[in-house]
Amino acid sequence: MSMATATIQPVERENYLNKEYGVGSWLFTTDHKRIALLYLISITFFFFIGGFFALLIRLELLTPASDLVQADTYNKLFTMHGMVMVFFFLIPSIPAVLGNFLVPMMIGAKDLAFPRINLLSWYLYIIGGIMMLHCMLTGGVDTGWTFYTPFSTAYSNTKIVEAGLAIFVTGFSSILTGLNFVVTIHRMRAPGMTWSRLPLFIWAHYATSIIQILGTPVIAITIVLVAAERALHLGIFDPRLGGDPLLFQHLFWFYSHPAVYIMILPSMGVVTEIIACFARKRIFGYSFVAFSSIAIAVFGFLVWAHHMFVAGISVYAALVFSLLSYAVAVPSAVKVFNWTATLYKGSIHYDAPMLYAFGFIGLFTMGGLTGLFLAALGIDVHVTDTYFVIAHFHYIMVGGALMGYLGGLHFWWPKISGRLYPEGWARLAALIVFLGFNLTFFPQFVLGYLGMPRRYADYSHMPEFQVLNVLSTAGATVLGVGYLLPMLYFLWSMRYGKPAPDNPWKAAGLEWMTTSPPTTFNFETEPVVTWEAYNYDEIDSAHKQEVKVVG
Amino acid sequence: MSDSTVVGLHHEEQHHPELLHHFAEPQQQEDSASLGMWIFLGTEVMFFGGLFCAYLIYRLAYFGDFAAASQTLSWKLGATNTAVLICSSLTVVFAVYAAQQGKRTMLIGSLVLTIILGFAFLGIKATEYAEKFEKHHVPGPSFQFDNVPVPGHPDQMANRGHAQIYFALYFIMTGLHALHMIIGIGFFTWLLFAAWRGRFTPEYNTPVEMGGLYWHFVDIVWIYLFPLLYLIDLHK
Repeated sequence: MSMATATIQPVERENYLNKEYGVGSWLFTTDHKRIALLYLISITFFFFIGGFFALLIRLELLTPASDLVQADTYNKLFTMHGMVMVFFFLIPSIPAVLGNFLVPMMIGAKDLAFPRINLLSWYLYIIGGIMMLHCMLTGGVDTGWTFYTPFSTAYSNTKIVEAGLAIFVTGFSSILTGLNFVVTIHRMRAPGMTWSRLPLFIWAHYATSIIQILGTPVIAITIVLVAAERALHLGIFDPRLGGDPLLFQHLFWFYSHPAVYIMILPSMGVVTEIIACFARKRIFGYSFVAFSSIAIAVFGFLVWAHHMFVAGISVYAALVFSLLSYAVAVPSAVKVFNWTATLYKGSIHYDAPMLYAFGFIGLFTMGGLTGLFLAALGIDVHVTDTYFVIAHFHYIMVGGALMGYLGGLHFWWPKISGRLYPEGWARLAALIVFLGFNLTFFPQFVLGYLGMPRRYADYSHMPEFQVLNVLSTAGATVLGVGYLLPMLYFLWSMRYGKPAPDNPWKAAGLEWMTTSPPTTFNFETEPVVTWEAYNYDEIDSAHKQEVKVVG
Repeated sequence: MSDSTVVGLHHEEQHHPELLHHFAEPQQQEDSASLGMWIFLGTEVMFFGGLFCAYLIYRLAYFGDFAAASQTLSWKLGATNTAVLICSSLTVVFAVYAAQQGKRTMLIGSLVLTIILGFAFLGIKATEYAEKFEKHHVPGPSFQFDNVPVPGHPDQMANRGHAQIYFALYFIMTGLHALHMIIGIGFFTWLLFAAWRGRFTPEYNTPVEMGGLYWHFVDIVWIYLFPLLYLIDLHK
């Protein structure tokens, strides 16, 4: 039974969408909600480009021989898939779309602290995106998204400098978003909105922002060094000239490991909101969930060398990094246990956002547990650079981050668009995504454990791997359908969906206390907060005396 | 923020022209700008941090070659530039003080002095770079560094590749620092223009303060760069 009760509003009130019209009113807007929509459109575009590359990769692996594309084209396919998905979809996804839209509203502010910098960050993203598109169309890159030296600096003949600059520019967009969030959360909270009353979505974004601020500049300088090395052969990363390729890997993973937490932490924040709402309960162990986000951000900076266990770092360093990697599992598990405890004896509703949240918990747990396998030195040596690793990080990045993103998009869609999405289709899509995802990536765990290496176009010396690869490719097509569906019915609902009431889920949180869609400054009068977060007991007790209408 | 709920309708009419719509009061706006600037400087620390990390590793690995390459620089010019930048930090402090006190002439004078000192630094840096180009010490195809002895070991010649790594780091670190100086001079020129038009008052002078924070940060980077790049093993 859907919780959405459609009360139709006869006259459309003024809101952030219908206040102004025209291209200029969007391209020069400083309204955080409009910028969120600009991001939504642009990252959806890049998501489907990255998805297209993924489908080509899966099609090539349908047969053992390299017959659809040749090996060097295949190298470019997985490289561009990785670069587009990581830098142009996953990292901006939840912070730049849902975070931009919700952070000011959840804390009772009119806008982010620096609205013009917020717009600037979108333009930087677009400039980086255009550079990446140009790079893609004029030849692409074949190094893998990791740019490992000295291949990237001395041997590859592809457009590494241009792709690097595209990521450099987009990185500044990420830094500015994080900076804006931290200042906004510190300085713009409404009266009474204390730190312990903040929604956990805000805590998750605060932790994410810390990583964006402290991590991204390091990849920026690394790209500068790679570009300079490639142009002038300085020798910084070239062992023939006395340089050290391992230094590159250290600098690269110092950002790129915490970047995984840029993708997963906001998703955890989304899932926390959804679970509290659809279990109708205050979240279990609020402060543990809040501080586990900060702990993940801090520990996340101390584990980067677990990507380099076979690269030639010392055994003692590997031992320390292995132990620290285990430590990250603690705050992650704290979250999973707290979500489960919240569900216990909750009044659970199976609406589409909740289905995505359930999917998230299961898939993230599997991704996290296989992460522990990889943190263990002995197993890691066996499965390094196999499909086991591919399956592991897709369970985190797609099963985790993307499920949270889709769940959040459904949950807040009535607020964003002012329309209700079709609930039946949404539940079907959630189911398709979950099944398609597992069909795509579970066989890859088995493949990897049996020893199929990543980044190979041709596995004709091992034809017994074909069955599992066919399963995986079949899953990818199911997954593709699962991703197309939400885009279609979201677009459909913008015109034909029922008008959304202000609070269709009877959810807690300031963003539900304003109109759907909100006005440009979010609130008629500045809210004063006198209640704790997730006060579902109070919200539901107000409705206890009402007679339930059935049917 | 505590009294923001009591300011009602007349709030709109009274507020300072520089107060942006989404802030409740000027103090909130200034605090936000200041926190934002400090966080930005934090990102800059991480940005330069990657370079300092690379420098540290290669300096430890190739100390003798780094010392040989370092001693081709003129420590006198480096020291002069350090003095120039410290003086410019002082004039920036005067500028911030003048803006807070509403002393327009002093503000304009301090900003002009800061800009002049900034250009002096870049001028000295340019002559140093020119000398490196003449001596073929710029990394790349025409790099030359042969038969230069390691300081303290006259019989041992410095490794050309390792010296090239030193010069690569030298040019990237000082080059990025110079780029920050150029951006700073551009910002201070804008501040000068705004000060000329009397935009800054004791109530509103946030841009001058932010410019000051940025300028001090760029100075501090140089305070680290100077000994690390110019003074390696100089006593030999």
